[in-house]
Amino acid sequence: MSQETKPKAPLSIEGAIILPYRYAAGGVMSRFLIALRDSKKTLGIRCSRCNMVYVPPRETCLHCFGRMDEWVELEGSGTVESYTVVRYSLPVHPMAAPFAFALIKLDGADTSLTHLLGEIDLEKIKVGMKVEPVYSESRKASILDISYFRPAN
Amino acid sequence: MNEKVGIVAQAQTKYEPLKEGVDLSEMIFDVVKQVREQTGLKFTLDGTGIDSTVTCSQDLWDGRTISGMFASDVAGAHLRPEEKVAGNGVSAAAYGCMQILSGHYDVVLMVAWCRESITNGRLVEWMSMEPFVHRMLGMDFCAAAALQARRYMDKYSVTPEDCARVVVRAHSNARNNPYAQSPRKLSVEDVLKSKELASPIRELDAKPTSDGACAIILAREDKAKKITSNPIWIKGFGSCYDAHMPGDRDLAKCDALVSAARQAYKEAGIKDPAKEISLAEISASYAYQELMYTEGLGLCGEGEAKELLAKGVTDMGGRLPVNPSGGSLVGNPVTVDGAVRVAEAFLQLSNQAGARQVPGARVAVAHGVDGACGQLHNVMVLGI
Repeated sequence: MSQETKPKAPLSIEGAIILPYRYAAGGVMSRFLIALRDSKKTLGIRCSRCNMVYVPPRETCLHCFGRMDEWVELEGSGTVESYTVVRYSLPVHPMAAPFAFALIKLDGADTSLTHLLGEIDLEKIKVGMKVEPVYSESRKASILDISYFRPAN
Repeated sequence: MNEKVGIVAQAQTKYEPLKEGVDLSEMIFDVVKQVREQTGLKFTLDGTGIDSTVTCSQDLWDGRTISGMFASDVAGAHLRPEEKVAGNGVSAAAYGCMQILSGHYDVVLMVAWCRESITNGRLVEWMSMEPFVHRMLGMDFCAAAALQARRYMDKYSVTPEDCARVVVRAHSNARNNPYAQSPRKLSVEDVLKSKELASPIRELDAKPTSDGACAIILAREDKAKKITSNPIWIKGFGSCYDAHMPGDRDLAKCDALVSAARQAYKEAGIKDPAKEISLAEISASYAYQELMYTEGLGLCGEGEAKELLAKGVTDMGGRLPVNPSGGSLVGNPVTVDGAVRVAEAFLQLSNQAGARQVPGARVAVAHGVDGACGQLHNVMVLGI
């Protein structure tokens, strides 16, 4: 019997982790997503102590650890703070590459929302450009109820 | 720190894009065996050898949960204690240090591993995102980093050429590092001509897929001095998280790193890091991060790292070499990259760094990072 432990063509096997999850949105995220679905409205939440408006909303202020409950209705339009044109493809991408992600500071918000840009020449995106949301026809209480943001008129 | 903890040995595999014919256990065994042989230490329960193991790995990268479990035999944890850090290796080394400072153990093995080649890393990164916005959008760390790169580059007038110079230097330094994955002779042009991944990040700006493992042994002062004639001391450690959602932060800055560095320097008694530190080993997955983190570590002012680079200050032979090893841009797997930074600092300070040795190195800073756009930063100061 040979003492060699390493065969010339070592094997490997295929595997995958496939597990179903049901992520609870909680009260605050639920209200945000339901407003998108039912009334095409973007809601933020304000910390009265820090005078900060968060989008997406969450229950706790990052800065003072206080509970927030003051809802703010935003126009939905905003300004591109940064963007990237993605050239690779992942099965989880909602758009086919090349497409653009942007950090969008919504008017009236203090944080930026990450989203997609559409109806736009990918070579002509600029930091500072004004954008507005385009809502999906079939809304499902998802961030993708905004299909993407497009240049505002 | 009142008590002293020393690093007495390190071992690394060569980093490769695909370690064919080797399973995870064999890779881990390789580095653990090396540090045992270097120190002559055995795994014991009577206080005469290695007392405990800290492993450093991430479940989804290993393709199994509680991924310290499968490695207990090769990590020296058969019928023995093992704690897992699902973070970067700087954090794991700090955890080992704390096990000693707390009085629980005297000698600790830290071993970090990852085989990025076994899965689609961008999907692992995607799985770390919160599920309601970023995961619905299909965001991974590369796209998130690209959003940060543009903010940083816009704010401080950093050009793609500046970032390309970081890559050229990384590869140039890595040619002196026998563990380095695939150092190349590159020009700025080569980097700028490489395929765009997510603008402004190009393929050569980004860390390549990498497999490998790294082990270090930490020991209480009295034992460290018995194990080796030149232990390297952990002088200070800092850790800081930033907001999980990138849009909650000013992405042009790395406030969490500034805070982590401040803690580490305070503990180490360092008042002016730019003057007192001999070299920095920085974890950067994208070229702009090496510049940004050089600034965050207080080695220069905000937006000034590109000037240090242009003047050669952070090159080998400069006053403050950054990543003499080449760093992760040439290929270190995630989780392992932080461990490599500590291991390389040890090699430099114990004058064992061979062709990449920084002459007269006395104090080094090792940096680790986790999460999209550098959400968590760990900083360790080491000295002779």
